[in-house]
Amino acid sequence: MLEVSGLIKRFGGFTAVSNVSFQVGQGEILGLIGPNGSGKSTIFNMLSGTLAPTAGTIRFLGHEIGGLPPYRIINQGIGRTFQIPRPFKRLSIFENVALAGYYGQGQPSRTKAYDAAERALSLVGLPIDRNTMIGGLGAAGLKKLELAKALATQPRLLLADESLGGLDEHEMDQAADMLRRIRAELGITIIWVEHIMGVLMRVVDRVMVLDHGEKIAEGLPSEVSADPRVIEVYLGTDATAVQAAAAERQ
Amino acid sequence: MNKALPWIVGAAMIALPFVYSAPYPMHLMIVVLIWSFAYTSWSVMGRFGLVSLGHGGFMGVGAYGTALLWNHLGLTPWIGIPISMVMAVALALVVAYPCSRFRITGHYFALVTLALSAIVLQVATASRDLTGGSLGYTPERVQGGGNILAFQFESKISWYFVALGFWALGLLIRWWVDRSMIAYALEAIAEDEDAAGAAGVNVTAEKLKITALSAAMTAAAGGVYCQYQMFISPDTVSGISVSLQMVFAAVVGGIYVLPGPTVGAIITILLAEGLRIFFGTGALGYDNLVYGTLLVVFIIFLPQGLVGAAWNKLTGARQTA
Ligand SMILES: Nc1ncnc2c1ncn2[C@@H]1O[C@H](COP(=O)(O)OP(=O)(O)OP(=O)(O)O)[C@@H](O)[C@H]1O
Ligand SMILES: [Mg+2]
Repeated sequence: MLEVSGLIKRFGGFTAVSNVSFQVGQGEILGLIGPNGSGKSTIFNMLSGTLAPTAGTIRFLGHEIGGLPPYRIINQGIGRTFQIPRPFKRLSIFENVALAGYYGQGQPSRTKAYDAAERALSLVGLPIDRNTMIGGLGAAGLKKLELAKALATQPRLLLADESLGGLDEHEMDQAADMLRRIRAELGITIIWVEHIMGVLMRVVDRVMVLDHGEKIAEGLPSEVSADPRVIEVYLGTDATAVQAAAAERQ
Repeated sequence: MNKALPWIVGAAMIALPFVYSAPYPMHLMIVVLIWSFAYTSWSVMGRFGLVSLGHGGFMGVGAYGTALLWNHLGLTPWIGIPISMVMAVALALVVAYPCSRFRITGHYFALVTLALSAIVLQVATASRDLTGGSLGYTPERVQGGGNILAFQFESKISWYFVALGFWALGLLIRWWVDRSMIAYALEAIAEDEDAAGAAGVNVTAEKLKITALSAAMTAAAGGVYCQYQMFISPDTVSGISVSLQMVFAAVVGGIYVLPGPTVGAIITILLAEGLRIFFGTGALGYDNLVYGTLLVVFIIFLPQGLVGAAWNKLTGARQTA
């Protein structure tokens, strides 16, 4: 479904993503992990068109999409959430999502956009009335709103940038369940970025690990969490949690 | 009540000249309606944070374009105004496209568009052979005073209805824009362009659409103004002071509410007339001083404008500055 090869992003002289290649198959959930600043969000920004790659190719459903503007990429079926939620504060919750439903689906009828918005809001568990403003939403609510916006565009591939949670353990589990359901019920392929690896390892099919912009490991959660390089990168953080989670899964 | 109000106001305005049509109040009303149309046109984009100081330029293109096409090519304003609107749109796109591509927004956008006003003013002033320069320019009158084909009318009452029609059309367009999906998109763009893009909005296209619409409407207002006054000069229809006056009037009335710019027009025109009557021609330019001061006061203390603030008080409705 998605084939990325030789992806590079430089900011001035600094290389944020260096020569990363990977593939994602239809219906898969790929986990993307790595320490702070390892280039995860930058990869998402390139996949979604927010940033143009310095080099490399991104093929989605057989078409090259690298460097296309975001709206064209979305209309081809890639939706994304932002790590730090970026809601439109002057619009109501519903309008936020309806906007994405309208423009993200290539401006269909308004009814169709509204339907998509209602479905997305119900799925993530936010109110579907037209006027509730986003003021009352907490961290978890804002994450749900991000997700609803992405879902309303009817993506075939969802890029979920969830790291830096700000969520408690229960909310984390809920978020993980949500992604599982999204794949099961809507058949959406997912790339999931997460800091707290325990939860991630339980849900994803495969994991890819980045460090300083380079891919250092890729494979099943159990393989990756046993990889010495990964352990080294995560040493002192939550390496043991990773292993525990992977073990628990088996 | 809320639903009926526009219809009642509309009916009253149509009935008015049959009841009362003294020339001076009629004249004031026509002028107010034409400027209200211009200010509403500005607010179509201004309310989305696209604060243009270039609209004096569009007004000037509309006024001079219409008059020049009439005098030199004998083109009726019914065709001349649309052509001038197209020219204003072209000018708007030339400025707005690079602004959007290079992400020139907010204050910087205002500054770039300011240059546009200045350029149109300069061109109109410098092309003395064509436009009469700073002495002003007059469309040739047709024989016999009034002529629909020439867009020239003798009676104030006819002019009143013409102005009323354009004003109502302006309100209708803005009403329609405010209720369409493009309004959501533009609100989103105003807050966060990247996030709007990630929601599927083609940011540049949406900005250009609204800019083109606003410029076209403003040029139409310029053409109508020219036909009514039958005299235009660079300072009265173009330039920075006209642009500032648009911003001022719209902000004072309230840019987020439909009748805001109209109320702004009433206030600015009464203010200008008042100053003229009390201080005579010696006060020429005082109005700009007063506008400038009030503009600062309003932006700081009442950013929603008079109508916006009143509306909020009355309804407690969700409104944002
Ligand atoms: N627009 C930008 N301009 C300059 N440098 C940037 C830009 N975006 C990201 N970077 C840098 O690129 C590197 C990778 O950042 P990125 O946001 O992709 O990391 P991340 O893996 O998502 O980190 P985190 O886990 O903290 O979210 C960082 O060093 C960051 O400072
Ligand atoms: Mg990140």
